[in-house]
Amino acid sequence: MAKSNKPIVWSLFAGGGMLSAFVTPVLIFVTGLAVPLGLMSLDSLSYDRMLVLAQNPVGKIVLFAVIFLPLWHAAHRLLTTLHDVGLPKGRIAMTACYGAAALGSIAAAVVLLRI
Amino acid sequence: MSRKPYLRKMPKSWWLARRSYTSYMARELSCVFIGAYSLLIVVGLHRLSQGRDEYGAFLDALQSPLSLVFHAAALVFALIHTVSWFSLAPKAMPLQIGEKKLSGGPVVLAHYAVWIVVSAGVLLVARI
Amino acid sequence: MTEQTLQVEILRYRPETDQDPAFQTYTVPYRDDWVVLDALNHIKDNIDRTLSYRWSCHMAVCGSCGMMINGEPKLSCHAFLRDYYPNKVRVEPLANFPIERDLVAVTDDFMEKLESVKPYVIPQQERAVDEGPHLQTPAQLNAFKQYTMCINCLLCYAACPQYGLTPDFVGPAALALAHRYNLDTRDAGREQRQEIAASNEGVWDCTFVGECSQACPKSVDPAAAIQQTKIASTIDWYKALLNPWGKR
Ligand code: SF4
Ligand code: FES
Repeated sequence: MAKSNKPIVWSLFAGGGMLSAFVTPVLIFVTGLAVPLGLMSLDSLSYDRMLVLAQNPVGKIVLFAVIFLPLWHAAHRLLTTLHDVGLPKGRIAMTACYGAAALGSIAAAVVLLRI
Repeated sequence: MSRKPYLRKMPKSWWLARRSYTSYMARELSCVFIGAYSLLIVVGLHRLSQGRDEYGAFLDALQSPLSLVFHAAALVFALIHTVSWFSLAPKAMPLQIGEKKLSGGPVVLAHYAVWIVVSAGVLLVARI
Repeated sequence: MTEQTLQVEILRYRPETDQDPAFQTYTVPYRDDWVVLDALNHIKDNIDRTLSYRWSCHMAVCGSCGMMINGEPKLSCHAFLRDYYPNKVRVEPLANFPIERDLVAVTDDFMEKLESVKPYVIPQQERAVDEGPHLQTPAQLNAFKQYTMCINCLLCYAACPQYGLTPDFVGPAALALAHRYNLDTRDAGREQRQEIAASNEGVWDCTFVGECSQACPKSVDPAAAIQQTKIASTIDWYKALLNPWGKR
Protein backbone atom coordinates (compact mmCIF):
# COMPACT_ATOMS: atom_id res chain seq x y z
CA MET A 1 0.00 0.00 0.00
CA ALA A 2 1.12 3.52 -0.73
CA LYS A 3 2.90 5.43 1.96
CA SER A 4 0.51 8.01 3.30
CA ASN A 5 1.19 11.72 3.47
CA LYS A 6 -1.68 12.20 5.90
CA PRO A 7 0.75 12.95 8.76
CA ILE A 8 1.34 16.48 7.40
CA VAL A 9 -2.25 17.61 7.62
CA TRP A 10 -2.99 15.45 10.60
CA SER A 11 -0.23 17.03 12.67
CA LEU A 12 -1.63 20.47 11.79
CA PHE A 13 -5.10 19.20 12.67
CA ALA A 14 -3.95 17.89 16.01
CA GLY A 15 -1.82 20.92 16.85
CA GLY A 16 -4.59 23.28 15.81
CA GLY A 17 -7.16 21.31 17.76
CA MET A 18 -5.05 21.49 20.87
CA LEU A 19 -4.41 25.23 20.54
CA SER A 20 -8.06 25.90 19.72
CA ALA A 21 -9.26 23.91 22.69
CA PHE A 22 -7.22 26.12 25.01
CA VAL A 23 -7.59 29.59 23.48
CA THR A 24 -10.52 29.83 21.06
CA PRO A 25 -13.33 30.02 23.64
CA VAL A 26 -11.76 32.86 25.59
CA LEU A 27 -10.79 34.74 22.41
CA ILE A 28 -14.32 34.49 21.03
CA PHE A 29 -15.68 35.59 24.37
CA VAL A 30 -13.46 38.68 24.57
CA THR A 31 -13.51 39.87 20.95
CA GLY A 32 -16.96 38.75 19.90
CA LEU A 33 -19.08 39.13 23.03
CA ALA A 34 -17.54 40.82 26.09
CA VAL A 35 -16.13 43.88 24.34
CA PRO A 36 -18.94 44.44 21.81
CA LEU A 37 -21.54 44.05 24.59
CA GLY A 38 -19.66 46.43 26.88
CA LEU A 39 -18.89 43.81 29.53
CA MET A 40 -15.27 44.73 28.98
CA SER A 41 -13.90 48.12 28.06
CA LEU A 42 -13.52 48.97 24.40
CA ASP A 43 -9.90 49.84 25.25
CA SER A 44 -9.12 46.12 25.37
CA LEU A 45 -9.30 46.00 21.58
CA SER A 46 -8.36 49.64 20.92
CA TYR A 47 -6.55 50.60 17.73
CA ASP A 48 -3.38 51.63 19.57
CA ARG A 49 -3.17 48.47 21.64
CA MET A 50 -3.81 46.15 18.75
CA LEU A 51 -1.29 47.96 16.62
CA VAL A 52 1.40 47.54 19.27
CA LEU A 53 0.56 43.83 19.44
CA ALA A 54 0.58 43.33 15.67
CA GLN A 55 3.79 45.28 15.18
CA ASN A 56 5.71 43.43 17.84
CA PRO A 57 7.61 40.45 16.37
CA VAL A 58 6.53 38.12 19.16
CA GLY A 59 2.98 39.43 18.83
CA LYS A 60 3.06 38.68 15.11
CA ILE A 61 4.13 35.10 15.77
CA VAL A 62 1.44 34.62 18.41
CA LEU A 63 -1.24 36.09 16.15
CA PHE A 64 -0.11 33.98 13.22
CA ALA A 65 -0.16 30.80 15.30
CA VAL A 66 -3.63 31.57 16.61
CA ILE A 67 -4.89 32.00 13.04
CA PHE A 68 -2.87 29.40 11.17
CA LEU A 69 -3.19 26.30 13.34
CA PRO A 70 -6.93 26.49 14.08
CA LEU A 71 -7.56 27.27 10.41
CA TRP A 72 -5.85 24.05 9.30
CA HIS A 73 -7.53 22.17 12.08
CA ALA A 74 -10.88 23.43 10.79
CA ALA A 75 -10.07 22.70 7.14
CA HIS A 76 -9.11 19.10 7.85
CA ARG A 77 -12.11 18.47 10.06
CA LEU A 78 -14.41 20.09 7.51
CA LEU A 79 -13.10 17.72 4.86
CA THR A 80 -13.81 14.63 6.94
CA THR A 81 -17.20 16.03 7.96
CA LEU A 82 -18.20 16.62 4.34
CA HIS A 83 -17.37 12.98 3.74
CA ASP A 84 -19.43 12.03 6.79
CA VAL A 85 -22.53 13.68 5.34
CA GLY A 86 -22.16 11.96 2.00
CA LEU A 87 -19.76 13.93 -0.19
CA PRO A 88 -17.37 11.59 -1.96
CA LYS A 89 -13.73 11.79 -0.92
CA GLY A 90 -11.87 13.35 -3.78
CA ARG A 91 -9.68 16.01 -5.18
CA ILE A 92 -12.38 18.69 -5.40
CA ALA A 93 -13.35 18.64 -1.73
CA MET A 94 -9.72 18.31 -0.72
CA THR A 95 -8.58 21.24 -2.85
CA ALA A 96 -11.44 23.41 -1.60
CA CYS A 97 -10.79 22.74 2.10
CA TYR A 98 -7.00 22.77 2.15
CA GLY A 99 -6.89 25.52 -0.49
CA ALA A 100 -9.05 27.78 1.63
CA ALA A 101 -6.79 27.16 4.63
CA ALA A 102 -3.70 27.86 2.54
CA LEU A 103 -5.15 31.12 1.20
CA GLY A 104 -6.22 32.19 4.68
CA SER A 105 -2.75 31.45 6.04
CA ILE A 106 -1.05 33.40 3.26
CA ALA A 107 -3.40 36.34 3.75
CA ALA A 108 -2.65 36.31 7.48
CA ALA A 109 1.09 36.23 6.85
CA VAL A 110 0.96 39.05 4.32
CA VAL A 111 -1.18 41.30 6.53
CA LEU A 112 1.02 40.65 9.57
CA LEU A 113 4.20 41.36 7.64
CA ARG A 114 2.83 44.62 6.27
CA ILE A 115 1.49 46.10 9.52
CA MET B 1 -26.60 -23.82 -1.80
CA SER B 2 -25.97 -20.53 -3.51
CA ARG B 3 -25.21 -17.47 -1.48
CA LYS B 4 -26.85 -14.08 -1.87
CA PRO B 5 -25.48 -11.76 0.82
CA TYR B 6 -27.67 -8.72 1.37
CA LEU B 7 -26.00 -5.33 1.57
CA ARG B 8 -27.73 -2.68 3.63
CA LYS B 9 -27.14 0.93 2.62
CA MET B 10 -26.02 3.39 5.22
CA PRO B 11 -28.51 6.27 5.17
CA LYS B 12 -27.09 9.76 4.63
CA SER B 13 -28.73 10.77 7.88
CA TRP B 14 -26.90 8.08 9.88
CA TRP B 15 -25.66 10.69 12.31
CA LEU B 16 -29.22 11.32 13.47
CA ALA B 17 -29.81 7.65 14.22
CA ARG B 18 -28.04 7.58 17.57
CA ARG B 19 -27.49 10.25 20.18
CA SER B 20 -23.76 9.56 20.34
CA TYR B 21 -23.46 10.04 16.57
CA THR B 22 -25.32 13.33 16.81
CA SER B 23 -22.99 14.67 19.47
CA TYR B 24 -20.06 13.52 17.34
CA MET B 25 -21.51 15.58 14.51
CA ALA B 26 -21.90 18.61 16.79
CA ARG B 27 -18.23 18.24 17.70
CA GLU B 28 -17.25 18.03 14.04
CA LEU B 29 -19.39 21.07 13.16
CA SER B 30 -17.36 23.13 15.62
CA CYS B 31 -14.80 23.36 12.83
CA VAL B 32 -17.06 25.64 10.81
CA PHE B 33 -17.07 28.21 13.60
CA ILE B 34 -13.42 27.81 14.50
CA GLY B 35 -12.41 28.24 10.85
CA ALA B 36 -14.71 31.22 10.36
CA TYR B 37 -13.37 32.84 13.50
CA SER B 38 -9.79 32.43 12.30
CA LEU B 39 -10.69 34.13 9.03
CA LEU B 40 -12.46 36.89 11.00
CA ILE B 41 -9.22 37.63 12.85
CA VAL B 42 -7.47 37.94 9.47
CA VAL B 43 -10.12 40.47 8.40
CA GLY B 44 -9.68 42.37 11.66
CA LEU B 45 -5.92 42.55 11.20
CA HIS B 46 -6.42 43.69 7.63
CA ARG B 47 -8.68 46.52 8.85
CA LEU B 48 -6.09 47.33 11.50
CA SER B 49 -3.42 47.66 8.83
CA GLN B 50 -5.64 50.04 6.86
CA GLY B 51 -5.83 52.63 9.64
CA ARG B 52 -7.69 53.93 12.66
CA ASP B 53 -11.02 54.65 10.98
CA GLU B 54 -11.22 51.38 9.12
CA TYR B 55 -10.42 49.48 12.30
CA GLY B 56 -13.05 51.50 14.13
CA ALA B 57 -15.60 50.42 11.55
CA PHE B 58 -14.58 46.79 12.13
CA LEU B 59 -15.12 47.19 15.88
CA ASP B 60 -18.53 48.72 15.17
CA ALA B 61 -19.42 45.79 12.96
CA LEU B 62 -18.61 43.45 15.84
CA GLN B 63 -21.48 45.09 17.73
CA SER B 64 -24.05 44.26 15.07
CA PRO B 65 -26.72 41.71 16.05
CA LEU B 66 -25.53 39.37 13.32
CA SER B 67 -22.00 39.39 14.71
CA LEU B 68 -23.24 38.86 18.25
CA VAL B 69 -25.37 35.88 17.22
CA PHE B 70 -22.46 34.40 15.28
CA HIS B 71 -20.08 34.79 18.21
CA ALA B 72 -22.58 33.37 20.69
CA ALA B 73 -23.00 30.28 18.50
CA ALA B 74 -19.26 30.12 17.89
CA LEU B 75 -18.61 30.20 21.64
CA VAL B 76 -21.00 27.29 22.22
CA PHE B 77 -19.32 25.22 19.51
CA ALA B 78 -15.82 26.20 20.64
CA LEU B 79 -16.73 24.94 24.11
CA ILE B 80 -18.03 21.69 22.62
CA HIS B 81 -14.68 21.36 20.90
CA THR B 82 -12.74 22.07 24.08
CA VAL B 83 -14.71 19.65 26.25
CA SER B 84 -14.60 16.84 23.67
CA TRP B 85 -10.91 17.42 22.97
CA PHE B 86 -10.01 17.21 26.63
CA SER B 87 -12.16 14.16 27.22
CA LEU B 88 -10.38 12.25 24.44
CA ALA B 89 -6.89 13.42 25.39
CA PRO B 90 -6.10 10.46 27.69
CA LYS B 91 -6.57 8.03 24.80
CA ALA B 92 -3.66 9.67 23.01
CA MET B 93 -1.46 9.72 26.12
CA PRO B 94 -1.56 6.41 27.97
CA LEU B 95 0.24 6.63 31.28
CA GLN B 96 1.83 3.76 33.10
CA ILE B 97 3.93 3.88 36.24
CA GLY B 98 5.71 0.61 36.81
CA GLU B 99 3.12 -2.11 36.41
CA LYS B 100 0.14 0.12 36.93
CA LYS B 101 -1.77 1.73 34.08
CA LEU B 102 -3.09 5.08 35.25
CA SER B 103 -6.67 6.14 34.64
CA GLY B 104 -7.31 9.05 32.31
CA GLY B 105 -8.89 11.29 34.96
CA PRO B 106 -5.76 13.21 36.00
CA VAL B 107 -4.83 13.87 32.36
CA VAL B 108 -8.25 15.40 31.72
CA LEU B 109 -8.05 17.47 34.92
CA ALA B 110 -4.59 18.73 33.98
CA HIS B 111 -5.97 19.94 30.66
CA TYR B 112 -8.77 21.80 32.42
CA ALA B 113 -6.30 23.36 34.85
CA VAL B 114 -4.12 24.67 32.03
CA TRP B 115 -7.24 25.87 30.21
CA ILE B 116 -8.39 27.89 33.21
CA VAL B 117 -4.95 29.44 33.63
CA VAL B 118 -4.68 30.32 29.93
CA SER B 119 -8.20 31.76 29.80
CA ALA B 120 -7.66 33.79 32.97
CA GLY B 121 -4.37 35.03 31.53
CA VAL B 122 -6.03 36.22 28.33
CA LEU B 123 -8.82 37.93 30.26
CA LEU B 124 -6.28 39.65 32.49
CA VAL B 125 -4.16 40.89 29.62
CA ALA B 126 -7.26 42.12 27.80
CA ARG B 127 -8.32 44.17 30.82
CA ILE B 128 -5.01 45.87 31.52
CA MET C 1 -51.11 -16.10 37.18
CA THR C 2 -50.59 -15.59 33.49
CA GLU C 3 -47.06 -15.80 32.26
CA GLN C 4 -45.23 -12.58 31.54
CA THR C 5 -44.19 -12.29 27.92
CA LEU C 6 -41.99 -10.10 25.77
CA GLN C 7 -42.12 -9.32 22.08
CA VAL C 8 -39.00 -9.83 20.04
CA GLU C 9 -38.81 -8.28 16.60
CA ILE C 10 -36.24 -9.98 14.42
CA LEU C 11 -34.90 -8.90 11.06
CA ARG C 12 -35.23 -11.97 8.85
CA TYR C 13 -33.58 -12.63 5.53
CA ARG C 14 -33.78 -15.92 3.69
CA PRO C 15 -31.69 -15.58 0.58
CA GLU C 16 -33.57 -18.31 -1.34
CA THR C 17 -36.94 -16.60 -1.03
CA ASP C 18 -36.53 -13.01 0.21
CA GLN C 19 -35.73 -10.03 -1.95
CA ASP C 20 -35.25 -7.77 1.09
CA PRO C 21 -34.99 -8.43 4.80
CA ALA C 22 -38.15 -7.88 6.83
CA PHE C 23 -39.06 -7.89 10.50
CA GLN C 24 -40.91 -10.78 12.08
CA THR C 25 -42.27 -10.56 15.60
CA TYR C 26 -42.23 -13.40 18.11
CA THR C 27 -43.67 -13.56 21.59
CA VAL C 28 -41.44 -15.24 24.15
CA PRO C 29 -41.83 -15.86 27.87
CA TYR C 30 -40.13 -13.21 29.97
CA ARG C 31 -37.62 -14.27 32.64
CA ASP C 32 -35.55 -11.69 34.40
CA ASP C 33 -32.41 -13.84 34.20
CA TRP C 34 -32.75 -14.35 30.45
CA VAL C 35 -30.55 -12.65 27.91
CA VAL C 36 -31.57 -11.93 24.31
CA LEU C 37 -29.76 -15.09 23.22
CA ASP C 38 -32.01 -17.15 25.52
CA ALA C 39 -35.02 -15.63 23.80
CA LEU C 40 -33.56 -16.53 20.40
CA ASN C 41 -32.89 -20.08 21.56
CA HIS C 42 -36.46 -20.31 22.85
CA ILE C 43 -37.76 -19.22 19.45
CA LYS C 44 -35.52 -21.66 17.64
CA ASP C 45 -36.44 -24.59 19.91
CA ASN C 46 -40.17 -23.95 20.29
CA ILE C 47 -41.52 -21.53 17.70
CA ASP C 48 -39.54 -21.31 14.48
CA ARG C 49 -36.76 -23.71 13.60
CA THR C 50 -35.80 -21.74 10.50
CA LEU C 51 -34.28 -18.85 12.46
CA SER C 52 -30.51 -18.57 11.92
CA TYR C 53 -27.98 -16.88 14.19
CA ARG C 54 -24.52 -17.56 15.55
CA TRP C 55 -23.57 -18.32 19.11
CA SER C 56 -21.40 -20.69 21.03
CA CYS C 57 -20.27 -19.90 24.55
CA HIS C 58 -23.22 -18.03 26.10
CA MET C 59 -20.69 -16.26 28.34
CA ALA C 60 -19.17 -13.34 26.39
CA VAL C 61 -16.04 -15.24 25.49
CA CYS C 62 -16.37 -16.63 21.98
CA GLY C 63 -17.40 -13.41 20.28
CA SER C 64 -19.81 -15.01 17.83
CA CYS C 65 -23.18 -13.66 19.01
CA GLY C 66 -22.83 -9.95 18.21
CA MET C 67 -26.07 -8.33 17.00
CA MET C 68 -27.78 -4.98 16.88
CA ILE C 69 -30.16 -4.90 19.81
CA ASN C 70 -32.49 -1.92 19.71
CA GLY C 71 -29.98 -0.32 17.37
CA GLU C 72 -26.95 -0.84 19.60
CA PRO C 73 -24.22 -3.36 18.85
CA LYS C 74 -24.26 -5.89 21.70
CA LEU C 75 -23.37 -9.45 22.51
CA SER C 76 -26.77 -11.13 22.61
CA CYS C 77 -25.54 -13.40 25.42
CA HIS C 78 -24.74 -10.32 27.45
CA ALA C 79 -27.89 -8.25 26.89
CA PHE C 80 -30.49 -8.96 29.57
CA LEU C 81 -34.18 -8.90 28.73
CA ARG C 82 -34.84 -7.11 32.01
CA ASP C 83 -33.11 -4.04 30.62
CA TYR C 84 -35.78 -3.82 27.89
CA TYR C 85 -38.89 -5.33 29.47
CA PRO C 86 -41.80 -4.54 29.09
CA ASN C 87 -40.89 -2.83 25.80
CA LYS C 88 -40.23 -4.99 22.82
CA VAL C 89 -36.74 -5.85 21.75
CA ARG C 90 -35.61 -5.33 18.16
CA VAL C 91 -32.83 -7.63 16.97
CA GLU C 92 -30.92 -7.12 13.72
CA PRO C 93 -27.68 -8.52 12.35
CA LEU C 94 -24.52 -6.49 13.01
CA ALA C 95 -24.59 -3.19 11.15
CA ASN C 96 -22.07 -2.41 8.41
CA PHE C 97 -21.73 -6.06 7.35
CA PRO C 98 -23.64 -7.85 4.59
CA ILE C 99 -26.33 -10.26 5.80
CA GLU C 100 -25.75 -13.92 5.03
CA ARG C 101 -29.07 -15.11 6.49
CA ASP C 102 -31.31 -13.75 9.27
CA LEU C 103 -28.98 -12.62 12.05
CA VAL C 104 -25.82 -14.06 10.52
CA ALA C 105 -23.44 -11.43 9.15
CA VAL C 106 -20.77 -11.96 6.49
CA THR C 107 -17.49 -11.24 8.24
CA ASP C 108 -14.94 -12.33 5.63
CA ASP C 109 -13.85 -8.73 5.12
CA PHE C 110 -12.74 -8.47 8.73
CA MET C 111 -10.95 -11.81 8.60
CA GLU C 112 -8.87 -10.63 5.65
CA LYS C 113 -8.04 -7.36 7.36
CA LEU C 114 -7.15 -9.11 10.58
CA GLU C 115 -4.72 -11.34 8.71
CA SER C 116 -3.25 -8.38 6.84
CA VAL C 117 -1.97 -6.74 10.05
CA LYS C 118 -0.08 -9.91 11.06
CA PRO C 119 -1.56 -10.34 14.52
CA TYR C 120 1.15 -12.56 15.95
CA VAL C 121 4.61 -12.05 17.43
CA ILE C 122 7.23 -11.59 14.73
CA PRO C 123 10.50 -12.06 16.58
CA GLN C 124 13.75 -10.38 15.58
CA GLN C 125 15.34 -13.81 15.50
CA GLU C 126 13.78 -17.23 15.71
CA ARG C 127 14.38 -18.70 19.15
CA ALA C 128 15.29 -22.31 19.56
CA VAL C 129 13.23 -24.18 22.13
CA ASP C 130 16.25 -24.87 24.33
CA GLU C 131 16.90 -21.14 24.66
CA GLY C 132 13.92 -21.17 27.01
CA PRO C 133 10.99 -18.82 27.22
CA HIS C 134 11.23 -15.21 26.12
CA LEU C 135 10.67 -13.47 29.42
CA GLN C 136 8.60 -10.38 29.90
CA THR C 137 8.04 -8.34 33.06
CA PRO C 138 4.52 -7.64 34.35
CA ALA C 139 5.04 -3.97 33.49
CA GLN C 140 5.89 -4.87 29.90
CA LEU C 141 2.84 -7.11 29.73
CA ASN C 142 0.52 -4.48 31.15
CA ALA C 143 1.55 -2.00 28.46
CA PHE C 144 -0.52 -3.98 25.95
CA LYS C 145 -2.61 -6.39 27.98
CA GLN C 146 -5.95 -4.66 27.39
CA TYR C 147 -5.56 -5.15 23.64
CA THR C 148 -5.13 -8.90 24.07
CA MET C 149 -8.67 -9.16 25.41
CA CYS C 150 -10.25 -8.79 21.98
CA ILE C 151 -12.68 -11.61 21.13
CA ASN C 152 -13.22 -10.55 17.49
CA CYS C 153 -16.91 -9.96 18.12
CA LEU C 154 -16.96 -7.05 15.65
CA LEU C 155 -19.23 -4.87 17.77
CA CYS C 156 -16.66 -2.13 17.18
CA TYR C 157 -17.04 -2.41 13.40
CA ALA C 158 -20.81 -2.28 13.72
CA ALA C 159 -20.48 0.85 15.86
CA CYS C 160 -18.06 2.61 13.53
CA PRO C 161 -19.64 4.97 10.98
CA GLN C 162 -16.33 5.33 9.16
CA TYR C 163 -16.28 1.60 8.45
CA GLY C 164 -19.85 1.92 7.17
CA LEU C 165 -18.90 4.85 4.94
CA THR C 166 -15.54 3.49 3.77
CA PRO C 167 -15.58 -0.31 3.66
CA ASP C 168 -11.84 -0.33 2.85
CA PHE C 169 -11.05 1.10 6.28
CA VAL C 170 -9.00 -1.50 8.15
CA GLY C 171 -11.11 -0.78 11.22
CA PRO C 172 -10.91 -0.79 15.02
CA ALA C 173 -10.21 -4.36 16.14
CA ALA C 174 -7.59 -5.11 13.47
CA LEU C 175 -5.77 -1.85 14.19
CA ALA C 176 -5.97 -2.45 17.93
CA LEU C 177 -4.41 -5.88 17.44
CA ALA C 178 -1.66 -4.43 15.26
CA HIS C 179 -0.95 -2.00 18.09
CA ARG C 180 -1.00 -4.84 20.61
CA TYR C 181 1.82 -6.68 18.82
CA ASN C 182 3.75 -3.48 18.13
CA LEU C 183 3.81 -2.84 21.88
CA ASP C 184 4.97 -6.35 22.71
CA THR C 185 8.63 -6.40 23.77
CA ARG C 186 9.12 -9.80 22.10
CA ASP C 187 8.02 -8.44 18.75
CA ALA C 188 9.99 -6.82 15.95
CA GLY C 189 7.29 -6.73 13.26
CA ARG C 190 6.07 -3.15 13.56
CA GLU C 191 7.47 -2.07 10.23
CA GLN C 192 5.61 -4.83 8.42
CA ARG C 193 2.35 -3.94 10.16
CA GLN C 194 2.80 -0.24 9.48
CA GLU C 195 2.48 -1.04 5.76
CA ILE C 196 -1.21 -1.51 6.47
CA ALA C 197 -1.78 0.42 9.69
CA ALA C 198 -0.15 3.66 8.52
CA SER C 199 -1.66 3.57 5.02
CA ASN C 200 -4.57 5.77 4.01
CA GLU C 201 -6.97 2.90 4.65
CA GLY C 202 -5.34 2.28 8.01
CA VAL C 203 -5.55 4.68 10.92
CA TRP C 204 -6.06 7.71 8.66
CA ASP C 205 -9.64 6.78 7.82
CA CYS C 206 -10.49 7.10 11.50
CA THR C 207 -12.06 10.39 12.62
CA PHE C 208 -12.07 9.45 16.30
CA VAL C 209 -15.78 8.99 16.65
CA GLY C 210 -14.89 6.87 19.67
CA GLU C 211 -17.93 4.60 19.40
CA CYS C 212 -15.80 1.48 18.94
CA SER C 213 -14.48 1.83 22.45
CA GLN C 214 -17.99 2.46 23.81
CA ALA C 215 -19.31 -0.67 22.11
CA CYS C 216 -16.46 -3.00 23.04
CA PRO C 217 -17.59 -5.57 25.63
CA LYS C 218 -13.99 -6.29 26.63
CA SER C 219 -12.70 -2.73 27.31
CA VAL C 220 -10.13 -3.12 24.58
CA ASP C 221 -10.39 0.60 23.68
CA PRO C 222 -9.51 0.40 19.99
CA ALA C 223 -9.96 4.17 19.63
CA ALA C 224 -6.99 4.68 21.93
CA ALA C 225 -4.88 2.21 19.96
CA ILE C 226 -5.69 4.00 16.71
CA GLN C 227 -4.99 7.41 18.18
CA GLN C 228 -1.61 6.25 19.49
CA THR C 229 -0.80 4.71 16.11
CA LYS C 230 -1.61 8.02 14.41
CA ILE C 231 0.80 9.83 16.69
CA ALA C 232 3.58 7.26 16.27
CA SER C 233 3.11 7.21 12.47
CA THR C 234 3.28 11.01 12.37
CA ILE C 235 6.52 10.96 14.33
CA ASP C 236 7.87 8.35 11.87
CA TRP C 237 6.89 10.57 8.97
CA TYR C 238 8.71 13.62 10.32
CA LYS C 239 11.73 11.52 11.23
CA ALA C 240 11.90 10.22 7.65
CA LEU C 241 11.59 13.79 6.41
CA LEU C 242 14.47 15.00 8.56
CA ASN C 243 16.59 11.99 7.78
CA PRO C 244 15.81 10.90 4.21
CA TRP C 245 18.85 8.65 4.15
CA GLY C 246 17.88 6.75 7.28
CA LYS C 247 16.34 3.31 7.05
CA ARG C 248 12.65 3.49 6.34
S1 SF4 D 1 -12.05 -4.61 19.95
FE1 SF4 D 1 -13.74 -5.11 21.35
S2 SF4 D 1 -15.60 -4.75 20.11
FE2 SF4 D 1 -13.89 -4.92 18.68
S3 SF4 D 1 -13.84 -7.06 18.05
FE3 SF4 D 1 -12.42 -6.86 19.80
S4 SF4 D 1 -13.65 -7.34 21.61
FE4 SF4 D 1 -15.11 -6.97 19.94
S1 FES E 1 -22.22 -16.60 22.66
FE1 FES E 1 -20.05 -16.40 22.86
S2 FES E 1 -19.84 -14.26 23.11
FE2 FES E 1 -22.00 -14.49 23.12
